[in-house]
Amino acid sequence: MMKDKTASRIRSIVAHVVLIILSFMCLFFFYVLIVNASHSHAELQKGFSALPGKYFWKNLMNVANDGSFPMFRGILNSIIVSGCSAVLCTYFSSLTAYGLYAYDFKARNVAFTFIMAILVMPTQVTAMGFLRLITKMGLYDSLLPLIIPSVASPAVFYFMYSYLQSSLPMSLVEAARIDGSGEFRTFNSIVLPIMKPAIAVQAIFTFVGSWNNYFVPALVIQSKSKMTVPILIATLRGADYMNFDMGKIYMMITVAIVPIIIVYLLLSKFIIAGVTLGGVKE
Amino acid sequence: MKKKSVNYGKWGYIFILPFFVIYFIFSLIPLFDTVRYSFFEYFRSGIKQIGPNFIGLANYVSLLHSDMLKYGLNTLILWVIGFVPQIVVALVLACWFTDARLKLHGKQFFKVVIYLPNLIMASAFALLFFTMFSTNGPVNSILCSLGWIKEPIDFLGSVLGTRSLVGFMNFLMWFGNTTIMLMAAVMGISMDIFEASDLDGCNSIQRFVYITLPLIRPILSYTLITSIIGGLQMFDVPQILTNGQGNPDRTSMTLIMFLNSHLKSKNYGMAGALSVYLFIISAILCFFVYRMTNDNDPDGSKKAAKKRARAERRKTK
Repeated sequence: MMKDKTASRIRSIVAHVVLIILSFMCLFFFYVLIVNASHSHAELQKGFSALPGKYFWKNLMNVANDGSFPMFRGILNSIIVSGCSAVLCTYFSSLTAYGLYAYDFKARNVAFTFIMAILVMPTQVTAMGFLRLITKMGLYDSLLPLIIPSVASPAVFYFMYSYLQSSLPMSLVEAARIDGSGEFRTFNSIVLPIMKPAIAVQAIFTFVGSWNNYFVPALVIQSKSKMTVPILIATLRGADYMNFDMGKIYMMITVAIVPIIIVYLLLSKFIIAGVTLGGVKE
Repeated sequence: MKKKSVNYGKWGYIFILPFFVIYFIFSLIPLFDTVRYSFFEYFRSGIKQIGPNFIGLANYVSLLHSDMLKYGLNTLILWVIGFVPQIVVALVLACWFTDARLKLHGKQFFKVVIYLPNLIMASAFALLFFTMFSTNGPVNSILCSLGWIKEPIDFLGSVLGTRSLVGFMNFLMWFGNTTIMLMAAVMGISMDIFEASDLDGCNSIQRFVYITLPLIRPILSYTLITSIIGGLQMFDVPQILTNGQGNPDRTSMTLIMFLNSHLKSKNYGMAGALSVYLFIISAILCFFVYRMTNDNDPDGSKKAAKKRARAERRKTK
């Protein structure tokens, strides 16, 4: 019995040590990033110092006033694209999921099977045709091709469908029909409120996914005023990098990363619970 | 009583219409276009547009003779370097998080921290790593001042260094996500089984090997397949880290980086053929995911029955 106790104590200590090391690895880089963003170029050249400096505000101003890398314009563009994508994606995925869940029609099984078959198809394989198509449509170098395709998101659909299965009794829909509610009204005023938790989780994930997306915007966007944050980061990497003010570069990365971190810390409990909701059926 | 039934079926069509219209326009038409041009000689040299001229399978053949296979291998190596530690760590953490006997403190804090890197913009994270691991960056500066090294290490100048950095970043970004997925799977196992094994004197390693591992197998394979699909799409991290060059000597060039460079230089015929190769691989992987998410034989009993029947038949022959 004694031996058992020591063994489990050791196990517990090992677990804590490993978790602390892993957490350190996750946080170390962000700590260095924020500390370095608060130092001037000259200070950074001298080597790394673990304490924050006094140039945070000045670096931030430098980034804000830089015309060749319009970071704040980029953030605005990213917010527009990600926000619109999140709204369109969650609304239409819910609509599609409800359409397949609540109604019985001939093509239902075919439609469902089709969506499940393309559930994890990478968008990159159609990128070439996509690029040609939007060029022909006159949408090259505009934000629209980054927003509209989010209407058709198979993975979000699947999440919404699973959620409906577990939380929307059809009797509720029938009751609404007896009360004379039209189908669209039933969806908007009865089904959507029930789906609120699922919509919130997916809105966050879609927003973050779109915020971080680099491949498609890099192909579509050309002019500086329309660039989203990831493209600006890529342009920065491609520029004559080593002659730059390093404090400013760290600040640019900070500006790109920190908004998401803040949102995450505020909603973390909710986000972590949401990760597994749409997982594979058990 | 005869019920007058209203036909609601048409609403189903109306509700799913937007999804299919958008999917048709922005995914299916581009897919057909991509496949079509993969059979054409169609590229830009300087400002002159060559083609499109139909050349059959020539693009496919010349891709096989190009560096595509090498880039495929690079992608595989980079994926493995990230995936192996990721799945091992995630399995261990998932067991610890769900083990009540371990009395883990600050569970919620650790979960929040390990999931954090998953949400970070991969391109910004890669730029951060590029600055931090450059020869005069903070990491070298710290190692020097600790006295562990004398000369700064040129991480991005060596094949091993660059590949390890990409793998390490993929590990950091995904192990938290995998941990949380596997944790949910472990928590789905009935407590009775664990209690019974405790009574039988099972230690924690035996418990892991004989109970946890077999019971979470479906989610493990799902994680594996989705991770392979993610690995196939690997782009942001190596692209930014190496500025699209895949340096040193294109050893960290991935398939999607290759596709991107063809698209950027408007080399549509080649890009099309490469996309079709990628599409075929993705379609096979999609099929596996489809089988898993639409599993009507979750415990494998039907499959086992089929196998037995086949064995019987073979015996009688």
